[in-house]
Amino acid sequence: MSWESWVVETISRALAFGTPLLLATVGEIYAERSGVLNLGVEGMMLMGALTGFAVSMGSGNPWVGILIAGLVGGAFSLIHAFATITLRANQVVSGLALTMLGTGLSGVIGRAYEGFPLWSKLGRIDVPVLSKIPVLGPAVFENQSPMTYIAIGIAIIGWLVLFKTRIGISIRAVGEDPATADSLGISVPRVRYLCVMIGGVLAGVAGAYWSVAYRTAWSGGMTAGLGWIVIALTIFAFWNPLYGLVGAFFFAAMRVLSFRLQNWLPPELLKAMPYLLAILVLIVVSRGTLQKRMGAPSALALPYTRGED
Amino acid sequence: MRGIVKRFPGVLANDGVDLLVRRGEIHCLLGENGAGKTTLMRILYGLYQPDAGEIRLRGETIRVASPKAALSHRIGMVHQHFHLVSTLSVEENIVLGLSEGTGPFLRFRRTRAKIHRLAEEYGLEVDPTAKVWQLSVGQQQRVEILKALYRDADVLIMDEPTSVLTPQEVEALFGTLRTLVEDGLTVIFITHKLDEVMEASHRVTVLRKGKAVATVNTAETSKEELARLMVGREVVFRVEKDAAELGGKVLSVQDLHANNDRGLSALQGVTFDLCSGEILGVAGVSGNGQHELSEVLTGLRRATRGSAILEKKDLTNCSAREIADLGVAHVPTERIRVGTVPTMSIRENLILKSYRTPDFCKWSILNEKAAYENACQAMTEYEISAPHDGTAAKNLSGGNIQRLVLARELCGCPGLVVAAHPTYGLDVGATEQVRKVLLEQRARGAGILLISEDLDEILQLSDRILVIYEGRIMGIVDAQDAVLEELGLMMAGTGQQEVSA
Repeated sequence: MSWESWVVETISRALAFGTPLLLATVGEIYAERSGVLNLGVEGMMLMGALTGFAVSMGSGNPWVGILIAGLVGGAFSLIHAFATITLRANQVVSGLALTMLGTGLSGVIGRAYEGFPLWSKLGRIDVPVLSKIPVLGPAVFENQSPMTYIAIGIAIIGWLVLFKTRIGISIRAVGEDPATADSLGISVPRVRYLCVMIGGVLAGVAGAYWSVAYRTAWSGGMTAGLGWIVIALTIFAFWNPLYGLVGAFFFAAMRVLSFRLQNWLPPELLKAMPYLLAILVLIVVSRGTLQKRMGAPSALALPYTRGED
Repeated sequence: MRGIVKRFPGVLANDGVDLLVRRGEIHCLLGENGAGKTTLMRILYGLYQPDAGEIRLRGETIRVASPKAALSHRIGMVHQHFHLVSTLSVEENIVLGLSEGTGPFLRFRRTRAKIHRLAEEYGLEVDPTAKVWQLSVGQQQRVEILKALYRDADVLIMDEPTSVLTPQEVEALFGTLRTLVEDGLTVIFITHKLDEVMEASHRVTVLRKGKAVATVNTAETSKEELARLMVGREVVFRVEKDAAELGGKVLSVQDLHANNDRGLSALQGVTFDLCSGEILGVAGVSGNGQHELSEVLTGLRRATRGSAILEKKDLTNCSAREIADLGVAHVPTERIRVGTVPTMSIRENLILKSYRTPDFCKWSILNEKAAYENACQAMTEYEISAPHDGTAAKNLSGGNIQRLVLARELCGCPGLVVAAHPTYGLDVGATEQVRKVLLEQRARGAGILLISEDLDEILQLSDRILVIYEGRIMGIVDAQDAVLEELGLMMAGTGQQEVSA
């Protein structure tokens, strides 16, 4: 294999692998920006993966599968939202429970679907004109899933909404200082429910991409830790969808390289990179003014009740 | 507001309060901590719902269900602890929660023009693009006022706005408030400082124990009358205290430097001596290094340079336990979080410093009986009122928690007492007791470092007063010769020589 085609193929695969990471990370960024840590990403993705697979198979249309998977992911995230926002449960415990529930539930229900190939899978496309560019064309614009471009679009829109619009300021205010937001008439529960659901919908879509476009099959626990990379990525992205865009494909490239370089490097090293980098980021932004500028939302993982300040 | 009643579990915070505020006046709400001033205003601002009573605004009875409803009635409030999102910019904070204009995107050009106009009119200059965490406390307060004005507030509630400001910033604030009422706005001003009432207000309503005891015209009253109304009895403005019997040097601090939590220099060469039998008051606006000073002296923060010598022993950068064992008592600012373990019982909290000693512990096993007896004795001696010694510290009132802290810290006759804001937020009874206890320690021969923002307290208790500003000592004066205005200037950063010149 020539050097050039090796690079092209690595980039192309990183884009494919990074797509679900990006989708779910943008969702998790929204949840965390509003102050809700949701460790249930893995569970929501599995629910989405199973739903996407089953609905695509039944309806014969992968887009319907992805859409319904998003709705199921959103509905599934409501369990976490209800537990942590309304009942003020510990977000870590509830999120872990959501992951276990999603893994178990999708495993049991999904047993009937294991081992079937998916005929109505989501195909790949070549972007007209752009795919003719040398090197860049085949690497980025040829034989890619349309979901990859949709994910990039969602990340950019996600950034615009979070930093340039009224609703974005409200979300950040709720995650930073809910008492202040409340005193200005912003409904803290409503914003948090909305953001957790955005997280659930995008995780569901990410899961469906995995079973309908990437693997085109279903097996129990098939996301195999993608949801945890998303949690690390959210931190690595400084809770900013644009950095998430860079980070998702960077982490995906690490994962792809861990396979492709395994003769020279232990694959575990590159697979551990997302978590090591996330820890590094946490160390860097935990001090001084950096914490204010790019650190975690101050009210992250803290339940809010009116009148307790 | 008429006949307002608000109950909290175990407390009647407002007991049929009547408050009449006229358009275009600065109306002070005066009362001690816990008199119900803030509760009353939170009801007006929709943060609490009253259990009884009615609110009439511009002749109409209104129901204020939420702060949003209050804003729609053009009532704005500036809280004692600011409600600003520190990571957002000034203009983002100002438009937060508003739905003006069209579309989801923010139009900052128009916003800025309006902010600019308001700022110019009322002397509230501040950079609209700056992030709030970069601003000083005084500037943040301006943002809060701008925020209310931007929402077309017509009635502005200010909850103890001066507690965090220097005397000069207070002057500027009063100037702003006067311009506001000239333009027909109404200002309700919560305070417990008599001087501010006399200086700034047109009329004043005095609250005591949840009841409005009087409303008077400021011009027709005096500080003494207001104080009597506020406390319910004649107030002696001086505490009885014997002349100081100075002993040897207890603490000698030389060129002490330390950083604050953000790694910035907080103490910049602090030098002073403290004798036994003396109370040295540390005056200053909060955030000028007092907190760091108390932490360095008690081993909770590292000094970057300089030394602190206790009698003959160097305690610079010793651990908190070593320093405590040398006989240093610490009454911390945050008495609940730092002074006690809230979920542990009174009995356990009382032996937090001495549980390792043979008195309470043998072969690593606690002597529960000794701990119980110790608790009973301390509860009687310091009048800690609680159902029994097993009550969790968090269920005690502020006064009782402070008594608990004092009981623990002062047993064993410490040579040095570092007391930070020992009466902050306490009721009159507890305040008097705390001051009495400190004076007893002084008579016994302890050296006491008294850090407080309450200038009256410092003037009453101290033998000498040290004024700190931005981590430097602006001067040390004898309490007898101290003049309030000079202390104020020193607190704002003017050197002692310039002040007395």
